[in-house]
Amino acid sequence: MASEPQGSLTEYITHHLHHLKPVQVSEGNFWSVHVDSLTVSLVLGVLFCLWFWTKARKATSGVPSKGQAFVEIVLEFVDGQVKDVFHGDRSFLGPLALTVFVWVFLMNAMDLLPVDLMPWITHQFGIGHFRAVPTADLNLTFAMSITVLLLVIFYSFKAKGFGGFTHELFTAPFGAHPALWLPNFVLNIVELVAKPVSLSMRLFGNMYAGELVFMLIAGLFSAGSWILYGMGVIGYAVWGIFHILIISIQAFIFMVLTIVYISMAHDHH
Amino acid sequence: MLDINATLVGEMIAFAFLIWFCVHFIWPHITKAIEERQLKIADGLNAAERAHAELKSADNKVAAEIKQARQQAAEIIDRAQQQANQILDKARADAVSEINRLKAAAQDDIASMAQRAREELRERVGALAVQGASKIVQREIDPSAHKALLDQLATEI
Repeated sequence: MASEPQGSLTEYITHHLHHLKPVQVSEGNFWSVHVDSLTVSLVLGVLFCLWFWTKARKATSGVPSKGQAFVEIVLEFVDGQVKDVFHGDRSFLGPLALTVFVWVFLMNAMDLLPVDLMPWITHQFGIGHFRAVPTADLNLTFAMSITVLLLVIFYSFKAKGFGGFTHELFTAPFGAHPALWLPNFVLNIVELVAKPVSLSMRLFGNMYAGELVFMLIAGLFSAGSWILYGMGVIGYAVWGIFHILIISIQAFIFMVLTIVYISMAHDHH
Repeated sequence: MLDINATLVGEMIAFAFLIWFCVHFIWPHITKAIEERQLKIADGLNAAERAHAELKSADNKVAAEIKQARQQAAEIIDRAQQQANQILDKARADAVSEINRLKAAAQDDIASMAQRAREELRERVGALAVQGASKIVQREIDPSAHKALLDQLATEI
């Protein structure tokens, strides 16, 4: 780590776990924004939009170019997942799932960059802290899962009407007896809240832990022994290859659960 | 370290924007292209199947026509052979009748020639008999006086 004077592993890691916050009023201040998460996620989001948009604009029903074919393969994979779970008009749920899948995958893929690369680059411009993986930031995972929760609530109302959904909140799953209204309601709220919490914590936990393991392995590089250095190189490669699997699976799980939650909102009785 | 702050709101807005963009500018275009291509492929497959069926029926028609043509050719050959046989038979019959005719004519000729020869012979024999008789009787017989006698002799021979 360039900015630290040959510190301990703990210092190295804690330094790495600091977000870039220009407004350092005090720890826990609501308006101190994580500029690194926002920048990386927005850049990747725009990248996703431009990439798919250029292919979509030139999309031909004839023989597709290789780029178009790739985009179509991704889209049909996502569409197939949606089709399996949700039987209805896919003109919103399809693109939602595609956005979730590609965006989360791209953000997870930032984990495959060498841990010190982005901080080193930003350090050249005098910025000390930079975390490159937005999905290892609870703000982002909760932002996504809360948006999904809002969509779930919206579709619950849309599919069942205001009265229907409210009725269901108080009468399912135990029964319509007035004494059971409160337990029903509490249980339904717990169920509703559990969805975004599990969704975001799963993604965050996986990415945060993956990042930590990368940092621990990277700590071996400066441990001062050639054997440890070699072990670090091998360990970094092995964990990196394994991590390709994790980032894909996490993106896939986030997408599938989003589809499942929203189609459940549609289907509930 | 795990602090929740305004980043969350920003990311929610960003996420909503991405979804909106994808719903309006990405998904419909690509799915449209895919669906159109599916239609095209279905049409192509149908056309191929139709062409296959047409080819099969054309093959059948060709085979039937070849069969018919072969039959017709066989019939024509049969008829030609019959005609040839008829012509041959007729020629043979003509030849036989011609032979018979010529044979009959020849036989007539032979018969008349034999008749003539016989008559000539008879006359000559008559003459010879007269000569012989005149020689035998050592005298001149008046042919006119004995004509009746000689004629009678001649018919008897």
